Amino acid sequence: MRLVVAEDLALLRVGLIRILEAGGFEVAAAVDNGPALTRALAGPGVDAAVVDVRLPPSFSNEGLLAAIAARRARPGFPVLVLSQYVEPLYARELLSSGEGAVGYLLKDRVADVDGFVDSLRQVATGSTVLDPEVVAALVSGAGRGPLDRLTPREQEVLTLMAEGRSNAAIAARLVVTEKAVGKHTNNIFAKLNLPPAADDNRRVLAVLAWLQGR
Amino acid sequence: MPDSPSVAALLSPITSVRPKPVDEAGLAERLRLTLVAAGLALLGVPALVLAVLTLVCVPLGAAGVGFGLAHLVVPLDERLTRLHRAVSGRLLGEDVPAAYAPTGGAGFLARPLRWLRDPARWRDVAFLACSGTGGWVMAGLPPLLLVTPVVHWTGLLLDGGWVWGLLAVLSLPCPLVWWVVTPPLLRARAITERSILGRSRVEELEERVTRVAESRAETLDTSAAEIRRIERDLHDGAQARIAAVGMTVGLAEKLLASDPVAAAELLREARETTTSALEDLRSVVRGIHPPVLSDRGLAGAIEALTLPLPLPVTLALDVPGALPPPVESAAYFAVAECLANTVKHAGAGRAWVAVEHDGRVLRMRVGDDGRGGASPDGSGLAGVARRLAAFDGTMSVTSPAGGPTTVTMELPCALSSPRTSPSSGSA
Repeated sequence: MRLVVAEDLALLRVGLIRILEAGGFEVAAAVDNGPALTRALAGPGVDAAVVDVRLPPSFSNEGLLAAIAARRARPGFPVLVLSQYVEPLYARELLSSGEGAVGYLLKDRVADVDGFVDSLRQVATGSTVLDPEVVAALVSGAGRGPLDRLTPREQEVLTLMAEGRSNAAIAARLVVTEKAVGKHTNNIFAKLNLPPAADDNRRVLAVLAWLQGR
Repeated sequence: MPDSPSVAALLSPITSVRPKPVDEAGLAERLRLTLVAAGLALLGVPALVLAVLTLVCVPLGAAGVGFGLAHLVVPLDERLTRLHRAVSGRLLGEDVPAAYAPTGGAGFLARPLRWLRDPARWRDVAFLACSGTGGWVMAGLPPLLLVTPVVHWTGLLLDGGWVWGLLAVLSLPCPLVWWVVTPPLLRARAITERSILGRSRVEELEERVTRVAESRAETLDTSAAEIRRIERDLHDGAQARIAAVGMTVGLAEKLLASDPVAAAELLREARETTTSALEDLRSVVRGIHPPVLSDRGLAGAIEALTLPLPLPVTLALDVPGALPPPVESAAYFAVAECLANTVKHAGAGRAWVAVEHDGRVLRMRVGDDGRGGASPDGSGLAGVARRLAAFDGTMSVTSPAGGPTTVTMELPCALSSPRTSPSSGSA
C-alpha cells in the first residue's frame, strides 16, 4: 500500500515514515507543505494519505482542506488526518461525504505505534476512526435527554462505537463477549431511535449524526 | 421633540449645498429649508431675550435676586438649545450632544454656582446670543428673499407709482439669490450651532483619555492575571510531566542492560506521560488562542464552539473578511463567555448568535430563550465588557426576568481581505 505523508516538522515526518514503513506500508511521497501535498495526492499509484491538518504556507488548515479536496476528486480515497488538537467541526467536515475511509486522530496517538498502524489499516479498508477526544466532546455536549436513558455500560459502548470500533474490538476492550456487545448496541439504537445498521461504518455515521444533530 | 413623519421630512439632512438647475425636487428642498429658517428666525427673538436675562443673572447674583432668576432662565436656555440641537443635528445628519455638568443633589443655592462653572452652560448662552444676532440674520434671509418680490409686486399692482415699480424691478433677482443661498446658509448656520453647542475637541479628548486610561489599567490587570494563570498551568502541568519523562527515560537507560523487562515498562510509562503532557499543553493553548480561530477565523471558530454545546444554536455569521487578530480573539472569547453563561445559568431551550460587520463596527448578538435575569455586573459578563473596552468596544445586556436574554456587543474595527474557507459543502 503506497502512502502520501504530509507533515511539516522534519523530526515528526521522519518518525512517521519510520513507523509506517515498519508497519508494512510504502511511503510514495513525503511532503512538508500544502501545494506539494495537493500535487502528491493527484499523482498516480497513491492508495492512501496521512496528513497533518496544519501545514505551510499559511499554517492554518491547509492539510485538512487538501484532504477534503482529494476525497471530492476521488470519492472514498482513504485519508488519515493528524493534528495537535482535534475539533469536532473538522470531524464533521471530513465525514460529511458519508463514504467512510476517514481517520481523524491526535498526533499523540502515533506514540502507540501498533494502535496507530492498526487505525491506518482500518481507514485503508474503508472504516472510520475517530479520536476518543472528538467523541468525548460530542458525548459530553449531548447533555441531558436521551443519553440519560442509557446505562453507564451502554454509554461506554456508544463512545467506542463512535470512535469507529467494531463489535469484536469493543468486546475485547470491555472484556465482555461479542454477543453482550451486540445486545448493548441494539439497546442503544432502540433508545436513541436510530435505524439499525449492520455495517460498522454506517453505524459510526449514524451515531455521530445523532450526537451532532441535536 | 415630536417625531411625526412630517417633522422627519421637514428636518431631513441637507444633501447638497451646490447651486443646481431648477427642478421640482430642488424647489421642494428649498421651500422646506425656508420654512425651517423662518422657524429658526422666530426663535431668535426669545433666544436673545434669554441670553440677556442669563447674563444679567451674574451681577444680580451678588444681590441674591440672580439665584432665583437663574433658576427661571437657565432651564429655559436648556430647553431652547435642546430644540436647536435637535434641528441642527437633523439638518447635518449627526448628533449634537449636550454635555452639562451634573447638578443632581445640589441645593437651591449650589445649583446656580455649578451652572456658573459649567462651560456647557456658557456655550448655551453664547449660542443664544448668536442665534439672536448673526444666526438670526442667517435664518431670516431665505424667507425674506422669498417674500420681498411678492410684497413689492403686490404693492406695484395694487398701489402703482414709480417707487413700487423701482422696488419691484430691484427685487427681480431675489428668487435667484434665494435659490442659490438657501441651502448653504442653513447648513452654515447648523455648523455654527454645532461648533458652539457641541462638545469642544478638548473636552472630547479629555473624556477619551480618561476612558483609555481606565481600560488600559483594566487590560493590564487582566493580562497580568492571565499570564500568571498560564505560568501556573504550565508549571504544574506540562513542565512537571516532561521532567518526569526525563527521569523515567534516564532510569530505563540504566536498567536496559540489566533488566530489559523493567526498562520496557518504564519506557511505556514515559510514553503515557508525554500524552498527558500534550493534553495539558492543548488545554493551555486553547485558553490562550484556540487553534481553530487561526485556521478558520471568527465565523468558523464560533461554529466550532457551538457544535459540542448541549442545546441547538442558530447561527447568522457574516464576516466577509479577516479581522485584526487581537480583535478577533477578543470577539471570540466574548461570544464564548456569553454562550458559557447561557449553558450554565439560562436554562435555555435554544440559543442564537448573530455576527455582522458593517464596514466600521463588528456587531455580535448572543441570545437565548432562557429564564433571563442576567446581570451585566456578574463576573463573567463584566469580564467580557472589560475585554471589549480595551478595543473601544461596548456591551449591553437585555435580560428581563423570565427572559429572553440578549447580549449585544460592538467592536469598532476594519476588515482586511477575505480569508480562505473550506470549499467543501459541509453544513
